[in-house]
Amino acid sequence: MTAALEARTVRPQLARDTWNVLLRELKPMVRDPFSLIFSLLQPLVFLGLFGPLLVAQSGQDLATTLAWFVPGVLVMIVLFGTGATGSNLQYEMMTGSHERTLVAPLSRPALLIGRALKEVAPIVVQALVIVGIAMIFGFRAHPLGLLAGLGLLAVFGIGLGALSYSLALATKEHEWLFWGVQQSLIFPLLILSGVLLPLDGGPGWMRAVASFNPVSHVVEAQRALLGGSFGSSEVLWGWLAALLVALVGLAVGVRAIRKSS
Amino acid sequence: MPSDTVISTQSLTKRFTVKKTEVTAVTDLSIDVRRGELVAFLGPNGAGKSTSLRMLTTLIPPTSGGASVAGYDIERDPSGVRSRIGYVGQGSSGSFSQRVRDELLSQGAFYGMGRRERTQRTDELISSLELESFASRTVQQLSGGQKRRLDIALGLVHAPAVLFLDEPSTGLDPQSRANLWEHIVALRARYGTTVFLTTHYLEEADRYAERVMVMDSGRVIADDTAATLKANLAGDAITLTLDEATHLARASSAVERLAGAGAERRDDRTLAFTAPQGSALLPRLLRELDHEGIRVTTATAVPPTLDDVFLALTGRTLRDADKTEPDSPETSNDETRTLEGSTR
Repeated sequence: MTAALEARTVRPQLARDTWNVLLRELKPMVRDPFSLIFSLLQPLVFLGLFGPLLVAQSGQDLATTLAWFVPGVLVMIVLFGTGATGSNLQYEMMTGSHERTLVAPLSRPALLIGRALKEVAPIVVQALVIVGIAMIFGFRAHPLGLLAGLGLLAVFGIGLGALSYSLALATKEHEWLFWGVQQSLIFPLLILSGVLLPLDGGPGWMRAVASFNPVSHVVEAQRALLGGSFGSSEVLWGWLAALLVALVGLAVGVRAIRKSS
Repeated sequence: MPSDTVISTQSLTKRFTVKKTEVTAVTDLSIDVRRGELVAFLGPNGAGKSTSLRMLTTLIPPTSGGASVAGYDIERDPSGVRSRIGYVGQGSSGSFSQRVRDELLSQGAFYGMGRRERTQRTDELISSLELESFASRTVQQLSGGQKRRLDIALGLVHAPAVLFLDEPSTGLDPQSRANLWEHIVALRARYGTTVFLTTHYLEEADRYAERVMVMDSGRVIADDTAATLKANLAGDAITLTLDEATHLARASSAVERLAGAGAERRDDRTLAFTAPQGSALLPRLLRELDHEGIRVTTATAVPPTLDDVFLALTGRTLRDADKTEPDSPETSNDETRTLEGSTR
């Protein structure tokens, strides 16, 4: 058997390598699915503690408030979970595991794309858990809209994941820099997206900035989709925003991984 | 490149720019390594060992010069090199969240092995590196020695022509180090893999490597078997204690005559000197002294270590060199460890 292994030359292949990287990245999740539930703590806190406040503030009933808030919480999963995924790569860069993959005959872009694609799995699982819990409290989503909404989140998540990995590749072993940049981007993006509070009553400059925030468009599209409206302009803008984030994220990420050593 | 040469470098050079100052980490490295050799790169921190290894494993490009590894040019065909080498860096090759077995299977897939083949190979390596008891644990749960054994297994999954090991035993306790070496030696005997490693553990290079390349300030300053290096460059350290102080001067001239080396007075009855093949010389010297009526009460001959070789070559010991060498930029995280295990 060892003899049969001798003198084999393996050439990088983008599709095959991406698939293998993706499978490897999925393994810890499959082995330990509980870790996914654990990272849902934050969105659940928002849902459980912020939700009642929103009900009191808006004067609307719980179901109406949830219809507005749950899509935002789903986007929040992507922002907080996927946005932080680069820290895993950073840790692997510091411990040596990333270096090992750089010496393997793998396509460099595959190392990033495979990782970014993996983000779809936790996003979908976590979103379904949140929707399930919200349904207990009266939340209702259009089934096809939910499916499309998950697709939208997935595309957005691939882009955000790729950006998070790019940040890890750029900040190298400086964990503080990674978290510093990550946190100072994520929170403004979150607040300026209308996930937590509607921006309608906010100052003009805030609404102006929000209109350029891709997260706002993804959130609004998510609300429309889960409400069963497929053809609205919000949905179109949301898809455009998500695709733009995905394209930019992958382009930046592939550039960063090519330079990694 | 002759057919049995697996590593061949020509004037391989690497320069870095650190804070606008150019630092040459490796200068004109020209070496050939034959199939099946176990070669150790020995040198102090910042000598350029890791940088050389990183060039040979395609992690960083050389500034000038070239090299071919396992039949492929490191610059023209890095993926060819990658598919034929195994690399165990200074860190842990396994990802913290992955299970041991999963990492080996993934590694097999990375090297284009089919499902059956990689399962078979994983089982084989789990058995030969004795990973059974923790094969379903995650890497973060392993001890340092266990991680290192996994790293080596990962480096061997695809039966590489050359296995590069960067400081394989640094940070391990003596027992784990001995255990790791047993595995390296056994695996090499089994698969005939060429092993190229860096170390600053003198006694490891001495004991296990068939060929030692001493590196200092970016250059290879000696390249031979440890035994030859020691015999040619350092000699045995001989100490003689006489019964009477009055015999010291005569004994000293006998030493000079026979050993061709000046003897140093340790105290009024003790002489010390260093001579190539000193141990072989000692019986003759004792007979000669006896013949002259000089009685020797104790005689010791201490064989040289590679540290003595380094001292002879550079005028300083490896331990001292480690303290004074500035770290080259590429090695700041990997060559800043303390020198341990000096045999003197």
